[in-house]
Amino acid sequence: MTETLTTNPREQASTFEAAHAAAHRRYLVRSRIRSTIKHTLLIAVGLLMIYPLLWLIVSSFRPNNLIFRSPGLWLTHPTIDNYIRGWNALSSPFGHYLINSAIVVIGAILGNVMSCALAAYAFARLKFRGRTLWFAIMLMTLMLPIHVVIVPQYIIFNNIGWVNTFIPLILPKFLATDAFFVFLMVQFIRGIPRELDEAARLDGCGHWRIFSRIMLPLMVPAIATTVIFTFIWTWNDFFGALIYLTSPDKYTSPVALSQFLDATSGSDWGGMFSMSILTLIPVFLIFLFGQKYLIRGISTTGIK
Amino acid sequence: MSAISELSSLKRGPRLRTKEERRARAKEEGRDNKAGYLFLLPWLVGLIVITIGPMLISLYLSFTDYNMIQAPQWVGLENFTRMLHDDRLIHSLKVTFIYVFVGVPLQLILALAIAVLLDKGMRALSFYRSIFYLPSMLGSSVAIAVLWRQMFGTDGLVNQALNAIGIHSTIGWISDPKYALGTIILLHVWTFGSPMVIFLAGLRQIPEMYYEAAAVDGATRWHRFAKITLPMLSPIIFFNLVLQIIGAFQSFTQAFVVSGGTGGPSDSTMFFTLYLYQKGFGQFQMGYASAMAWVLLVIISIFTAINFFASKYWVFYDD
Repeated sequence: MTETLTTNPREQASTFEAAHAAAHRRYLVRSRIRSTIKHTLLIAVGLLMIYPLLWLIVSSFRPNNLIFRSPGLWLTHPTIDNYIRGWNALSSPFGHYLINSAIVVIGAILGNVMSCALAAYAFARLKFRGRTLWFAIMLMTLMLPIHVVIVPQYIIFNNIGWVNTFIPLILPKFLATDAFFVFLMVQFIRGIPRELDEAARLDGCGHWRIFSRIMLPLMVPAIATTVIFTFIWTWNDFFGALIYLTSPDKYTSPVALSQFLDATSGSDWGGMFSMSILTLIPVFLIFLFGQKYLIRGISTTGIK
Repeated sequence: MSAISELSSLKRGPRLRTKEERRARAKEEGRDNKAGYLFLLPWLVGLIVITIGPMLISLYLSFTDYNMIQAPQWVGLENFTRMLHDDRLIHSLKVTFIYVFVGVPLQLILALAIAVLLDKGMRALSFYRSIFYLPSMLGSSVAIAVLWRQMFGTDGLVNQALNAIGIHSTIGWISDPKYALGTIILLHVWTFGSPMVIFLAGLRQIPEMYYEAAAVDGATRWHRFAKITLPMLSPIIFFNLVLQIIGAFQSFTQAFVVSGGTGGPSDSTMFFTLYLYQKGFGQFQMGYASAMAWVLLVIISIFTAINFFASKYWVFYDD
């Protein structure tokens, strides 16, 4: 036996190959099992994650008395009554609050893009005395809790007579107070080759022209990230709107939605759900189309 | 490079040896002085008017009694000593600490676990990533907090689902002080998507050859995770930890909506920020609210400092 094994290399090789093939098959089976387990696990967790959202959507089309009957996602008696009732449940039609939100969001986006891009260009490309110090201060403001400034800010805005206007919600954005976006844009500009603006400089371009003609067009991905995050955060912002907007006709949609809880003491879930869906749709659409930028923004700077 | 690693590396700069070198450097740096400050102007105005100015006012107010009608009355440390005897405030700190110490680790562990599962040539990666990421984009909204309030109500979705699988439950998850905070922690954990995305980006950076070498040496899966993935990912874990703790201490919306602004039942969801809101904007005790805000800032700073200090022992940087 041993003789044949050692003297016949071809036979030896084929046994080896057979053993190897068997091992490989085992490996394949094992990795397929592992991959199946992994996918099953991921799908299970994923379903658990989005189940409440799907249930919210389905329930918004259910008659109020059926919402509490079923944890399932099957829709038996579809109706849009909730939407009609919810739309008219508060002192103004719900569209009014959505428009208020839109005004604040558009103001915030314009403010953030302009002021943060200017500051980022200065930090990333201009050499001036004190730059490192200011930059460190900017990074530290990233971590400052809003509560330390909100009381005096409220008092100041109240003394000027700006409480119950959109100004306290928009003006700070024009002053680059969202340091996150300054940092994001600084990171982005650092990745743009210096040769581009240095060449323009040698050609006699001033900083304004370099900024507006060369930098801004190249910064489109960073600006897109800023637009998307500003949209989502401002659209969802509850704390600021709750503090500064005092009369119902000024409410943004999150405050209006929370009003539902007081007004109906939780009895009209259908109306509340349908209006919840309406406030979630814009965020969802932005998420859908802006995912690429959202993910890049979050993984380079790490703040949601 | 992340904001945090940037902050800790700011100290190091090129060392300038001679006077001439320093002068030349200053001249070069001074070249864009005017332009630099012009471009920085909006940010600088914001820093002074929206951040530093209010911070100083807030510091002053914290030593006063101020109701927005009469002028602030200087009371020295009274606000701070009053806090020591304010049982609701002490309780709100306890609630906030539980939220931070339970919610943040749970969320990060789940984020890391899912990120590791998703890493390494997943075919449907972007699909899964979207599903897991979506809740963290919606999670801070009032709409989701409203949904949560219903889900954990007595005849809410959770009890319906439990009954459907044969477990009879009439627990009012948000009306029972025992469980109410738990539901908000669960909402926090549900939004693990953003740290997960950061973990995924970090996992990509680990060179595949490390794993191959370890596999050749016969390292088990668990070994490879513990000896390669965790150390290589430690700066990202640190980064997520610091940010999530800072963020969690400031949570407000979810507790406000789930409890209808009361922090109930029996103050079981009375977050520190919610109590601050009630004191400041409900009762207009602006001095007390300012003092509370500074306590919050000090707490967050201490935690961040501890994190940075402890990081020396467990965070490994390649370079």
